[in-house]
Amino acid sequence: MPEALDPSLIALYVFVLACFIGYWVIWGVTPSLHTPLVALTNAISGIVLVGALLVAGDPQAGLLVQFIGFIAVLLASINVFGGFLVTHRMLSMFKKKKK
Amino acid sequence: MEFTVNHQALAYLVAAILFILGLKGLTHPASARRGNLYAMLGMVIAIVATLLAREVQSYGFIIAGIAGGAIIGAVVALRIQMTAMPQLVAALHSFVGLAAVLVGIGTFLHHQHLGLLNAVLMGEISAGVVIGAITFTGSVIAFGKLQGLLSGAPVKFAGQHLLNAVIGALTIAMAVHLAMTGSLLSLALMTVLALVIGVTLIIPIGGADMPVIISMLNSYSGWAAAATGFTLHNNLLIIVGAIVGCSGAILSFIMCKAMNRSIINVVFGGFGSDSSAGESAGVQADAVYWMEDAGKVIIVPGYGMAVSQAQHALKELAELLGSRGVEVKFAIHPVAGRMPGHMNVLLAEADIPYDQVLEMDEINPEFPGTDVVLVVGANDVVNPAAKEDKSSPIYGMPILEAGRARQVYFLKRSMRPGYSGVDNLLFYQDNTYLVFGDAKDTIEGMNTALKGGGH
Repeated sequence: MPEALDPSLIALYVFVLACFIGYWVIWGVTPSLHTPLVALTNAISGIVLVGALLVAGDPQAGLLVQFIGFIAVLLASINVFGGFLVTHRMLSMFKKKKK
Repeated sequence: MEFTVNHQALAYLVAAILFILGLKGLTHPASARRGNLYAMLGMVIAIVATLLAREVQSYGFIIAGIAGGAIIGAVVALRIQMTAMPQLVAALHSFVGLAAVLVGIGTFLHHQHLGLLNAVLMGEISAGVVIGAITFTGSVIAFGKLQGLLSGAPVKFAGQHLLNAVIGALTIAMAVHLAMTGSLLSLALMTVLALVIGVTLIIPIGGADMPVIISMLNSYSGWAAAATGFTLHNNLLIIVGAIVGCSGAILSFIMCKAMNRSIINVVFGGFGSDSSAGESAGVQADAVYWMEDAGKVIIVPGYGMAVSQAQHALKELAELLGSRGVEVKFAIHPVAGRMPGHMNVLLAEADIPYDQVLEMDEINPEFPGTDVVLVVGANDVVNPAAKEDKSSPIYGMPILEAGRARQVYFLKRSMRPGYSGVDNLLFYQDNTYLVFGDAKDTIEGMNTALKGGGH
């Protein structure tokens, strides 16, 4: 049987390659949309919600842990909903000149 | 059919692709809204795929949390004033930071209960908790400065850097102790120390360096999410966190470059303050006279425009001039305002078409052929000292070359210099005129004069 790769090493691969994608994608963003960029990255960093769900959703972990998870779910959800909505609001305002 | 880990991983992959396409959409205003929708769809897929996982078995807390968050988030997002966007972003960054801390601690307690703690896991938890805690308190301080709850002036004292270094070293020591022993006390102390670092790291940075702070905290919130991803062995968190982290880092770089300062200088330099204002009468009638008959007018907005909410009045001015055949453009310096792209959003809010709003490099060649430049609440970004005076602290900073136009009208609240504390050489140029007073009132006065018919 071949030697198994450490999962943390795979995570490192994913991380480093994602940094490269981020680098190229973000340099392409037009400067006039930098505020919506901050708002949108903010919304998607609400992805910690995924982690919060795992903490809040396991009854075996005990009530304290679930409660900690609940607060995290609440905060991350504010980010997700608030972030996407405010980005949408901003982007709706960017209009081309009516010819 | 059972929803397995492999199904979940595939769903996460789709979500990650949607997030990347979403950000890619911001390449142009025309594709940006679609991009935002892609990212939303990605988030929905990610959440559903997580809820279907075997670990998630009780939904009470989850439903309550998501419902509460949705209501609070929606109300805030729909009500917030566009000028308050930097504060909102700072507040939201703090939430990501705190959520990352809580997820880290929750994961620790959970694994401790199951007896599954190991050194690698605890190292990863430490990274997530420390970065999250710094993001949290740092963002709270940034929020306080932006909201005016705290002074925007840099707070500096002797031994500040030494203190930061000591706290940093202690934090790392706690993290190492935690990894070796799994002690809850170490985790708690480490968290508290990291919270303190967030404060001591941000208080010395001046209010006017806010675009850099916002970008930096944006970056931290991404790294916090990525570290959480390592903790939970969740590739989606790692991918998203890395991309957001890069995004904030790139924005910080762009902002620093636009000020000709290094990130080290901004973080440790602490220059800049918020001071307030005097009042005086003006020469606005002249400005109206010359703008009315001009071929081309360029408006340079700065933070002062946001403070006095002058963007709607400016839009009217631009239309009034446009209806008289004057070509009107807006020139944006990368660090104008309190966050990256702040001015663009305010102008868009006032319904000013984005093709009329130009970035520094695009517009600079046009100043020599311009009749009137109207500077609204900007200062350092048009200061020729950045080009001419080698002894000036802002020497080398790229500027909008407003001084090369035929006439420059400066709308200012007072004679005080810009945040750098540097005198503006443009004030002493023969073709520059200062109009004192609140920017919005002044521009509304100009609009009334223009509407009152010609001369």
